[in-house]
Formats: sequence, C-alpha cells, structure tokens
Amino acid sequence: MTVNLTKGQAISLQKNDGGSLSAVRMGLGWQAAPRRGLFGSRTREIDLDASAVLFADKQPVDVVFFRHLVSDDGSVRHTGDNLVGGAGQGGDDEAILVDLQRVPVHIDQIVFTVNSFTGQTFQEVQNAFCRLVDETNGQELARYTLAGGGNVTAQVMAKVHRSGTGWTMTALGVPANGRTFQDLMPAILPHL
Amino acid sequence: MTAELVRGQNHPLSEARLEIRISAGTSVVAAATTADENGKVRGADGVAHPGTPVLPGLEVSRQPAADHRLAVDLGAMPEAVHRVSVLLVLPGGGHGPNRFGAVAAPFVAVTGLDGTELASYTVTGLDAETAVIALELYRRQDAWKVRAVGQGYAGGLAELLTDQGLPQAHHLAGTVEEAVARALARSVSAPPPRTADADRSRQPAAPVPGGDQAPGIPAQPAPQPPYPAGGPPQPPYPGAAGAPDPAAGPQPTAPAGGPIDYSHPRRQTTAPPPPPPTAPPAPPGRPAQPVAGDATGWSMEERLYNQVWGMFEDLARTTAAYRSAVDFAESRREKELDQALSDPRNRMGGQSDAARQAAHVRHTRLVDQARAALDRDLAQLTAESEVVEPALPPAYAGWDNPVWHGYRVPMEIPMAVRLGDLHLPENPSLRIPMLVRLPLERGLWIDSGRSGMSDETFADAGRLRRLAMDAAVAHAARLLAVYPAGEFTVHVIDPAGSAAQALAPLVRTGVLAGPPAAGAAGVTDVLSRLTQRVDLVQMAVRGGAPDALPPGFDTSEQLLIVNDFPHGFDDRAVTRLRYLADEGPAVGVHVMMVADREDAAAYGPLLDPLWRSLLRLTPVADDHLADPWVGHAWTYEPPLVPPGSHVLEQVLAQVARTRRDGQR
Repeated sequence: MTVNLTKGQAISLQKNDGGSLSAVRMGLGWQAAPRRGLFGSRTREIDLDASAVLFADKQPVDVVFFRHLVSDDGSVRHTGDNLVGGAGQGGDDEAILVDLQRVPVHIDQIVFTVNSFTGQTFQEVQNAFCRLVDETNGQELARYTLAGGGNVTAQVMAKVHRSGTGWTMTALGVPANGRTFQDLMPAILPHL
Repeated sequence: MTAELVRGQNHPLSEARLEIRISAGTSVVAAATTADENGKVRGADGVAHPGTPVLPGLEVSRQPAADHRLAVDLGAMPEAVHRVSVLLVLPGGGHGPNRFGAVAAPFVAVTGLDGTELASYTVTGLDAETAVIALELYRRQDAWKVRAVGQGYAGGLAELLTDQGLPQAHHLAGTVEEAVARALARSVSAPPPRTADADRSRQPAAPVPGGDQAPGIPAQPAPQPPYPAGGPPQPPYPGAAGAPDPAAGPQPTAPAGGPIDYSHPRRQTTAPPPPPPTAPPAPPGRPAQPVAGDATGWSMEERLYNQVWGMFEDLARTTAAYRSAVDFAESRREKELDQALSDPRNRMGGQSDAARQAAHVRHTRLVDQARAALDRDLAQLTAESEVVEPALPPAYAGWDNPVWHGYRVPMEIPMAVRLGDLHLPENPSLRIPMLVRLPLERGLWIDSGRSGMSDETFADAGRLRRLAMDAAVAHAARLLAVYPAGEFTVHVIDPAGSAAQALAPLVRTGVLAGPPAAGAAGVTDVLSRLTQRVDLVQMAVRGGAPDALPPGFDTSEQLLIVNDFPHGFDDRAVTRLRYLADEGPAVGVHVMMVADREDAAAYGPLLDPLWRSLLRLTPVADDHLADPWVGHAWTYEPPLVPPGSHVLEQVLAQVARTRRDGQR
C-alpha cells in the first residue's frame, strides 16, 4: 500500500509484519513539459541527476551520483545516469538502491536530491516524483510528487534517516539552485 | 500523413485493404477478435490467433515475434462484424518477460498496402499486464475508423476475452497458448534471459490507485504471473469494463508438455549454461550458506572468477564502511573533547570529566557497532572463502591446493591466472585470490629492491633477490602449466648466471625455450629474436594477412624473464626491451622483469615509463596494490610453493612430458 506523502510528511519504514526493511530503491522520474510555439511539438531533453548524500551527524561523509555510482561502503548504489528523462509516464528514470542493513553505523541520514544538469528549471519539467520501493518485493512504500515546479534548478526531494532501530523517510521538497549536489549543501543543512 | 494517435483517439480509414504493423521489441503473440454491433465476440470462430490465423478479411501471424504484419481487408469482412480488436499477448510459459511493464512500449501502425502509414499508436503506460488491446477498427455509419485503445489486462488473454463477452474465454485462451507453444517449438532459440539489472532500470512505476476505484479491489501492482499460471483475474485499471466474474469458468488448460524448451534440438552449443549452484535455504535470521560458484557466468570457471572478484569487492567495501565509521567516531570524540575543554562552565568540578567520559563512551559504542558489522561480514566472507578455495581450478588455486596433485595439462587457455593473495590489515587471515585475466595485458615486475620496506629484515639484499627469482619462477611455472601444451614459451635472460639455483626447476624439466641466455651476447640474441617476432606479427596483423607468417612460425605466447636488469644490457638492448614491453603484450610477447629499480638508477627518468607499464609484484608481503573501488592499500603476498613440496617440479615434468608426447 503506497502512501502519497505531502511536503514535510514522514513515514516509518517498517514492514507490515513489524520487520525492518532490508533494501529500498529511491526512484526518480520526470518528463520534459511540452512547450507551445512554432516548434512546439519538439520536447526538449532534460538531464536531471539524482544524487544521494550520506550524512553522519550533519557532516557529509559520502555521496552517490553519476560520477560516483557506488558509495565506498557499497551500501548505496546509483543505477546509472539518464540524460533525457522519461519516455513513458510513471517509470523511474534514475534509481538509487539503498541496502539499509549495510549502511555504515555512523551514517544517520541519507538525503536525495535532483539537479538539473542542463540548467533548465523545474518549470520545464512535469510529473517529477520520487518514490520509495521495497526492493525485495517491488512494492511501493511511499511516493512524493512534486507539485508545481518553480523557477529553480534543483530539488531536495526527501531524506531517509535513522529513528530508533529502523529508518524513516521524510518528504522534503525544498527548492534550491545548483548544477550538482555540492551547490545544494546550504539548502540541505537546515533540514538535517 | 500519419496520425499519431493518443489513447482513446480515433481516425477515419480511407482504404479497405490495410496492414497492421506491430513492433514490440520483444516476442509477442498478435491476435484479433471480431465483434458484432453490441461489442460481443460471437464465439471462438470470431478470434484470429496463431491456432486459426485466417478469418474472412483478416489474417494474423502463426507464431510470436517481435514484429508482426497483420493483413486486414475491411471489404471482405462479414456484414455482422462491426469491430475488429487487435490484441498483443506476451507468450508466457516462464520464458521471456512476464509483464508489459518490463519491455519497451509496443508500437502499432495501420498502413495501406503500399506501406504508407495512416495512423500509429504507441501503447504506453502498461505495467503488470500480460495482454493488451492495442487498437480497434470499427464500423461507424458504413465507414471504418481506427481507435487507439491500449487497454491492458493483468489476467492475460483469458481475462481479455472474457471482457469481450466470449463465453468460452478460458478454453480459447488455453487453445491459443497451445498453438503458441507449438509455434515456439519450431522457432529458433531465444536469446539468453536478460539480467535482473537490465530489467530493473526499465521497471515503470506502479499505477496509482484512482479515486474512482471500486473498494475491495487491491491496487497491488506486483508482477503478475503469465496467464496460464492461473490465479484470479484482476482488473488492471479502474473502470475496466465488465469486471470479471470470479467464477468465470475453469482455469485455462495448461499447455501440453509443460514449459517450452527454447533450445534447438540438435544444437548443443546454444543450450543455456547449467544453472549455478544455489545456496540451500538459510534458517531465518542467518545468512545463507555460501556455495562455490555462486555467481553469474557461462561456465564454472567464469562463475568462480566472478565470485572471487565479488568477494574482493565485498571485502573492500565492508572495510571501507568500518574505516569510515571509526574515522568518524574519532573525529567526533576529538570535537567533543575540545568542546568539553573550552566550555568555561566545565572548568569547575567534575563536569569536565563527565563530559570527557561521555565522549569516550560514545566513541567506544560507535566503534563497537562498526566492528560488529565488520565481523559479521568477515565471518560470511571467510565461510565463503573456505568453500571457494578448494573448488578452484589449477589456474586459480594456490600451490598448496590438492588440485595440483591431480594436475593434467589443460586443453584450453583459462580465463585468468592467480598471481598471489591479497588481504587487509583488519583481517590478515582472510585472503582473496588475486586473479588476472589471460592473456596478460601488461608485463610483470618482480621487485627485488628494498624500496618501500622500512624494517631491516631483508638487510641481506642477496636473499631478497633470491626470493624474487623464486617468485618469478613460480609465476612462470604456473603460466606454463595453465596453458595448453606448446602454447606458452618461456625465455630467460640471466646475464651473470646468478639465478641458476632458482631457475633449476625450469631448466631441469626442459620446459624453457633454450638455456638461460648469459652475457651481453646472449642478451642481444634473445632480444633480437623476440623483437623480430613482434615485428613480424605486427606486420602480418596490420597487413590483414595473419596467415602469411613463415611456415613453422611459433605462434605461442612468449614470456621473457629478465634477471639482474640492467646487468649485461647496453643502450641498444635497453631500447629493445622497452619496445618489447610497449608493443609485445598486443601480439603475445610478455616481459617479466626481476629487478631492483635502484640498479637502473643510472638511466634516470628514462626508464620510468617502463616501470609504470609493468604490474609491480613483490617477493615478500607488501601493501602496495590498490583495489579499483575504494583504493585501499592491499597487502600482496606472492604465491609461494610450500617449503619441502615438489609440486612445482611434478607439474613442470607433466608439462614437459605432454609436450614430448604431442611432438611425437
């Protein structure tokens, strides 16, 4: 049963039977918004990049993005860069796999961001979403759809953080500007 | 002018004789149903499918394929037919994708007989469905139109036909399945199954339950089994017309003969590889028992190779996790101690001590947690190593492995060869075989120098040189042993004859191409012969005439062992050696230097490219190799023959014997 999150909402990543999740996938998808005009039928390709930043006590420790596809410890894996965005609706364009049991003990938060590498703003993007899927059975646990892309080039989508013995996902939806995740650090830090 | 239809859009058809072209990117079954003015399919004879491919005015393909062309003659349609629906069905049977969501969106085009496209439609948005109505042609006031439908059915063909009002839907679906199975049995073998990774990136999102969905119908988007597997049909979309009756007839009959065998009956080579051994189910809460060869690959050798590299990566990563956690714990403790010291309120009394104490406790707790996680992973890798090591073939096995006692000269060149062991300081007893692909891509340099060694254990330089030569001989013997007879030739340059003792096993068994070359003349002779060989092969390859080599030309891989470099080398010989190291690997000539870089210091930076182009190995354990993922410094240990063992001589004698037998 999927939960449609609103901005700021959090859900606990527990299985229905009380067990904790072992592996999750953060999928991100987007489409280029159609433009009107003389050559209106031509949709521009939009290169959005998903990144995951691993924090230990509010310090970035490792980052997984298109140039570093696997975290040093192997627990977080990026499935690869997508340069053009979604052809169909609803499919994940980029996905980041997180093996929650293998995340090093000192990592307490993982923040997921989306940047527009090509510099287009989110006004030219439609249907941007991030969703969390239980990788072991393909079930969608939570989905956060970006409402109304603004005149920004990046979004801090969500974070997955430790709470008690398990993990919790919180939808952030913070607009920001930047080409890669480094530019987003000021926007991320208040939400840790 | 082509009309690109979106779902639900229609388009008039001006021509009566049409072709419907389908390209699905994967093998699908194409079928068509004909319905009356009420949208009901009359019966099984109103459905064109691989079992009955021809109906009046309609013909479909007899087998599943990625591309179809259906012929339609609207003028020849019976008067009673008011609607023709074009269906795509995944063949199922346990082969290939079992949901449209896992494959590229099918593309359907209606064309005239001359091939001009009249209308086209890409069937998008499918997920767990295994059958879909792509489009329909329908009669409206004596004219025909086409409409893009894109209605998918998770329950497969049976559910689709039920939805079309066909009374014997399940029975007919079974018939179609059987016809497909027969057709597949005639067709060529399927490509190897796609890997899970390839599928994963294409997995679309699960459909979001709509507001108008009937309560009680689960929105569970989990992949549906292909239709003959049964299971209650589920309406894939809210608002799917005519929810199926749960009691709608019997389940489809299973196809005769069970799952389809895709392999060619008389072609063994295309048979899929034997399945890798799978781990027995683990008791809950404990990791699975490791099994040797538990990795992907077409042969046991490839699977073991992949497994060893997988263990290598796992150890690198789990250690990285541990080290970063410990580093973090230490930096946090320092910060907290600094804070405790700088806080003026803590100057008095025991508060400062308490804060310091707390910082230490937090540090210890985190390090303990990290160590526990590391120990868990190390235990699993150690267990895996214990089953993998005994299962390794000679090329991958250590010299102490019993597999060498049953050694026979192989018939094929192995994928890789073991050059030593690697381990990390966190657990020196867990050793990962260092496997390098064959043929070698770069030469080897056995470092006989003391550079990088701080202790005085090897104050005796002569002893280190001896060990280096022993290691070189062990590497050469292994390469000789794992290549088929006569396909690997070893030359030795030993200008001063200082390595005669170490070279004895190679010399005595007669596996060398000739006696070790001594003196400046010997150096020049061997180098010029090998240089000439590289030139010849390069010329032949560049000229596109590899067959034009002189008769009797030795095409085996060549290894040149150079001891005591640069002793006995003049400038011309050094230049030739560099040429061999640069150009040789591409044409099967490899260099193994046993040298101390300091000895060649007189050449200055001139030889730096030579050293860099070689893979540096050491005769004693030394942490100089980095892994490709995290860049840890791994301790390399050379594969030495156990003391007192004669395995090297026995193996080399076997090589020599097989060579003689082959020549006779």
